[in-house]
Amino acid sequence: MKMKPLSKVYTALVLLFLFAPILILLVFSFNQSKSLSVFSGFTLYWYRELFRDAETLKAVRNTLLLAVSSSLLATAMGTAAAVGIHRLRSKYLRAALDTVTNIPMINPDIITGISLMLMFVFVGRLFGAATSLNFATMLIAHITFSLPYVILQVLPKLQQMDKALPEAAMDLGCTPLRAFWKVEIPEILPGVLTGLIMAFTLSLDDFVISYFTAGNGFQTLPIRIYNMTKKTVTPKMYALATIIFFVILALLLISNLSDDDTDRKLKAAREKRKAKRAAAG
Amino acid sequence: MKNPNAVRRRSTRIERFCLGPYSAWAVLFIVVPLLFVAYYAFTDNSFHFTTANITRFFTATSSVTDETGAAREVHTYLLIFGRSLKLAVISTVLCLLMGYPAAYIIARAPARTQKIMITLIMIPMWMNFLIRTYAWMTILQDTGILNSFLSALHLRRVHIIGTESAVVIGMVYDYFPYMILPIYSVMAKMDLKLLEAARDLGCNGFGVLRRVIWPLSLPGVISGVTMVLIPSISTFYISQKLGNGKFYLIGDAIEGQYVANNLHFAAAIAFILMVILLAAMAFMQRGANKKAMA
Repeated sequence: MKMKPLSKVYTALVLLFLFAPILILLVFSFNQSKSLSVFSGFTLYWYRELFRDAETLKAVRNTLLLAVSSSLLATAMGTAAAVGIHRLRSKYLRAALDTVTNIPMINPDIITGISLMLMFVFVGRLFGAATSLNFATMLIAHITFSLPYVILQVLPKLQQMDKALPEAAMDLGCTPLRAFWKVEIPEILPGVLTGLIMAFTLSLDDFVISYFTAGNGFQTLPIRIYNMTKKTVTPKMYALATIIFFVILALLLISNLSDDDTDRKLKAAREKRKAKRAAAG
Repeated sequence: MKNPNAVRRRSTRIERFCLGPYSAWAVLFIVVPLLFVAYYAFTDNSFHFTTANITRFFTATSSVTDETGAAREVHTYLLIFGRSLKLAVISTVLCLLMGYPAAYIIARAPARTQKIMITLIMIPMWMNFLIRTYAWMTILQDTGILNSFLSALHLRRVHIIGTESAVVIGMVYDYFPYMILPIYSVMAKMDLKLLEAARDLGCNGFGVLRRVIWPLSLPGVISGVTMVLIPSISTFYISQKLGNGKFYLIGDAIEGQYVANNLHFAAAIAFILMVILLAAMAFMQRGANKKAMA
């Protein structure tokens, strides 16, 4: 179906609303003066300034370190959890786990952040620590809010999987563990990877929960941006925003292209299987 | 052939091995922290039981001067909560009014256009909301782009920054994609034959929307509304930047108490907010279930 002219105009307006603010930042990151309404000439000065800002560069490193470690741990634990939940026979236990899993997604970030912070501070005080917030508490917080998203990506893949497949593997002599590795893991892998990517991006982007669970010493990029916008901002911030924009653009394009690719591969595999079955029948 | 009981036993062992770490983690870092919110909310600085924090939320007063310059006493936190609710509801309604047609249009577009559009809508969502909010601050400032644009057109300049409208603009902008995406995903799965059938049976365009499309899209609308309402009611950055810190929202109140190291009162506000949101969500879910059954 083709789009009607009115629909086209409306979608264009929506996109203008979404992208105009970002484009303005982008343009003014190249502005010679600090003004945000008058463009006085092109310069790369703010980008040079940004790459000289040691604190921001350190924040980028911290953010990546945190995102990589928290997303890997959350994906490992979340995938295992999804497998366990999928096999759970007790209805009540399942309902209880589902409810608990939903909590971090429904609760406002500020409450998740405050709740973790209160516990860390309380436990820290028990051990007589002056400050109990550090990299470890942030890592715990990031794993906690990423876990539900990983589980939600993996669980449907397990439910879609043909139950007969692992059973067939076991009938053919696989141990349950081997059947799990050889049959179930490859089936759910796309869900696991989506979960990993989601956990990674959620961790990169999180400000509110990090804000409450970060110690003084550990600054992530969103917290650095927060601290930068507290004072009068130099266009250095816009340079940073522009770089982030292009990184996201690239990541989304790559993930969409590879999405197409996996879709095509899956389809081809399915057709192959069908053809084989037809040949056998 | 192996003993089937042995296989089953081993598979429960796998189950336990898989679920164990997560269950422990969920209890330790999801459930227990929430208990700590309640514990702090109902204790004083030396951890003795008190309801003073909760009472303070409902009874604390302060004096404000209105536009006429007259001072009057108001309930500080009730006023803040009322304002948060008002701005969040306005933003959610605006997101729904803007997002619903957009989601419908995208869901009816050719498959390739759909994919491109959804990617485009997701790009701003992945930009940090601090940056997005800051972008609006630079646009709406008295000396910002909007005003220089208006004066170039010989129109009157507007003063938006520091008003409630600016905060609403920020909320709508920041959370708009969260409204479109769930509604779109429900509409994309909608069976087009149902729409045709309704038309064949004599429904006009509006009738199809009201009797077929709207009820079918309701699950998407509900999740979109929750995904916009909850972050906008609890935000604390948007109001500081776009409202010039002139009016506090409930999130600012929590953050302010945290910064001032009044952890017990911060916990009390968080606790009350959580209870109200849970009640509202249970209510909404019940309404949705009733509608689904009717």
